[in-house]
Amino acid sequence: MIVELGHMALLIAFSLSVFQSIVPMWGARTNSSKLMATADISSLAILGFITLAFGALMWAYATSDFSVVNVWQNSHSQMPFLYKLSGTWGNHEGSMLLWVFILAVFAAAVGVFGKNLPTTMRANVLGVQAWLLTTFLFFIVLTSNPFARQAPALEGKDLNPILQDIGLAIHPPMLYVGYVGFSITFAFSIAALIEGRIDSAWARWVRPWSMVAWIFLTAGIAMGSYWAYYELGWGGWWFWDPVENASFLPWLSGTALLHSALVMEKRDSLKIWTVLLAIITFSLSLLGTFLVRSGVLTSVHTFASDPARGLFILAILSAFVGGALFLFAFRASRLEQGGLFAPISREGALVLNNVLLSTSAATVLIGTLFPVVYEAITGAKISVGAPFFNLTFGALMIPLVLVMPFGPLLGWKRGDIIAVSQRLLFALFAAIVVIILAYGFLERGPWIAPLMMGISAWLIVGAFAELLQRSGLPKVGLKTGFARLAGLKRSIWATAIAHAGVGVTMLGIVFVTAYETESVAILKQGEKANSAGYEITFNGYQTRSVANYSEELVQLTIRKNGKIVRVGTPSKRFYPARQMPTSEASINTFGFSQLYIALGEVKPDNSVVLRIWWKPMITLIWLGSVLMVFAGGLSLTDRRARIGSPKLAKNRNLGAAPIG
Amino acid sequence: MARLCFIWVLVLFLFSGSVLSAVAEQTLDSAAEDRAKLLFSELRCVVCQNQSIRDSDADVAKDLRIIVREQITAGKTDREIRKFLVDRYGEFILLKPVFAWHTFILWAAPFLLIILAGVLIFRAGRKQSQVVEAKLSGEEEKEVARLLER
Repeated sequence: MIVELGHMALLIAFSLSVFQSIVPMWGARTNSSKLMATADISSLAILGFITLAFGALMWAYATSDFSVVNVWQNSHSQMPFLYKLSGTWGNHEGSMLLWVFILAVFAAAVGVFGKNLPTTMRANVLGVQAWLLTTFLFFIVLTSNPFARQAPALEGKDLNPILQDIGLAIHPPMLYVGYVGFSITFAFSIAALIEGRIDSAWARWVRPWSMVAWIFLTAGIAMGSYWAYYELGWGGWWFWDPVENASFLPWLSGTALLHSALVMEKRDSLKIWTVLLAIITFSLSLLGTFLVRSGVLTSVHTFASDPARGLFILAILSAFVGGALFLFAFRASRLEQGGLFAPISREGALVLNNVLLSTSAATVLIGTLFPVVYEAITGAKISVGAPFFNLTFGALMIPLVLVMPFGPLLGWKRGDIIAVSQRLLFALFAAIVVIILAYGFLERGPWIAPLMMGISAWLIVGAFAELLQRSGLPKVGLKTGFARLAGLKRSIWATAIAHAGVGVTMLGIVFVTAYETESVAILKQGEKANSAGYEITFNGYQTRSVANYSEELVQLTIRKNGKIVRVGTPSKRFYPARQMPTSEASINTFGFSQLYIALGEVKPDNSVVLRIWWKPMITLIWLGSVLMVFAGGLSLTDRRARIGSPKLAKNRNLGAAPIG
Repeated sequence: MARLCFIWVLVLFLFSGSVLSAVAEQTLDSAAEDRAKLLFSELRCVVCQNQSIRDSDADVAKDLRIIVREQITAGKTDREIRKFLVDRYGEFILLKPVFAWHTFILWAAPFLLIILAGVLIFRAGRKQSQVVEAKLSGEEEKEVARLLER
């Protein structure tokens, strides 16, 4: 019954979004405040009904209702309760539902928090979001109905074992909030193009929303990277796989968007470019969610079984992306440009940032799509893999990180590069010290690694130059200096921390790429293996049966200088329902580094095969992302973001031009 | 979610047949092994989902590693080894595509885009400075002159 109600709610939500797609925008055209105001109610109602639908599906999962096809295919009665719940979106249909649920949340949020928007703008934004809702609800209802019933089955076919992890509960929702969050900037851009008017107030509304999306996308990607790292059992953390690239692309252009919106907000410049970036970013998000799923990107694919879905998705993509770009081509010239600046200026630096970030996004996009297009044209298969991306993307990132510390120090309109360079001397000094130390102390490894470490240090130390400059440290004395530091705008702190975060991530990447070691050991009971000064003893293994899987669990003792520092239990699991094995690695963190031990196999003679990696400084990769996420959150609490968009006095006609 | 299907496919291949049956392989002396490892990371495990033969434990990857090591021992250069493998498996095996006419767009795209951006920005900058000049001519200039004289 509840499942049917869920289906019903989905259909009602669909009808309401059709309504909201038309009526408020019609109201905006005819200047009818009544018609425009309907969007406030309908957006909340849509959210309510989609929440019902989503809740109904979750309920079916929670109660293991195997008369629902979707639940039967992707769940198991013996699974831990958390995995039952997260299993709701561990499949195509459920993840689509999660996607529109988040879309509805954002749409309703514009309705609720956007009271200070000009009414026509708000109506248009909500209208565009309703287009998206309508399309995707239609897609779900037509091709991916999660509520389809069947004759009740006794037991489910189980959730893909690799997804039976806390990662599934966190990673997809985060990533989706990131993807879908950019729908707001998209809707704002389309609304601006429709109205043919845009100003810095627009940027002030758009920037916090993009920031929210960016924070979640950053966290989602980092989390996914760590999940793959510990779950896949071979210690890789980034593969340049099409699916990963698909999530990385909107991140790159979203990062560019944050920076260009900054110029627009502060200096009323780069308007057209910002609008284009907003459109591109969401288009890449759509690509990330759907193109991957349609089976076009990878020839071997879970969801490729249904070509109708693939075609539908391509149609959606081309309609939204093509339509938006078409609109842009026609209307962009209406948007007036303003705010002049010299090449050497804060604006100039941000333009350079945008050029490099967009070029790297384009490079990753071309690299991702090239094999598909090449095969379509010539019929021959070609690979574009990690070595290509490392080379090209890396080459583009180096100039970016080199100039990054300069940006925040340069003045708006016209900057003094010599004065700024002087302020960065201490960062250069830090970089040189790091390079010398690295060459001195690290024996093995490529010659370029110490150099890259120096660049990371340059970035990390240089990121705090603006803080020093503004506080007057160390000249003014510690007391005044710290008082000033505490009083600085949070956005300045946010910039420093985020930029330092990039440096920290880079440092981790350099370390682990250049200095990781890998070994394979075959051990009998009581025998030892060595890795990076740690001694690993194999004590024995046991076989046991747990809930919906059985596992072989190996007991290891890890010693350093003869003292026991950790106990490791890598295991291999087998899930009978899906006939699938998984490997649970033993990951031991020492400082920032990790000793990663995966169980290969238990041989008939009771010896075990272990793969052992020493991953120096690897956690810095994710710690850097944590810093970036924290910085994003910090900038949202900045006074500017909170009161940035002016509130209009009551009893005023809101139809007029936005306040700039 | 985006990663799920990727992981899923990976797992299918990773564990089909040989589950991390990492039997210690005959390695070469350290310098040659370093060279071999570099080559491994550039070669695709042809049955895997986007894994190099360095990372994969599939049987094919193992065989390929053995072939590469044999070729190194036989004194072949990296280029010769790559050619040998391309002749057998096609360009698909190279994770780093060759630089040639048919991959021109792929390799040149970053440079072309940077140049394009440079040209666009330069043009926009010139337009901008023209605007500045235009603004200062005419009525306004007279006004400025009048104000300055005062």
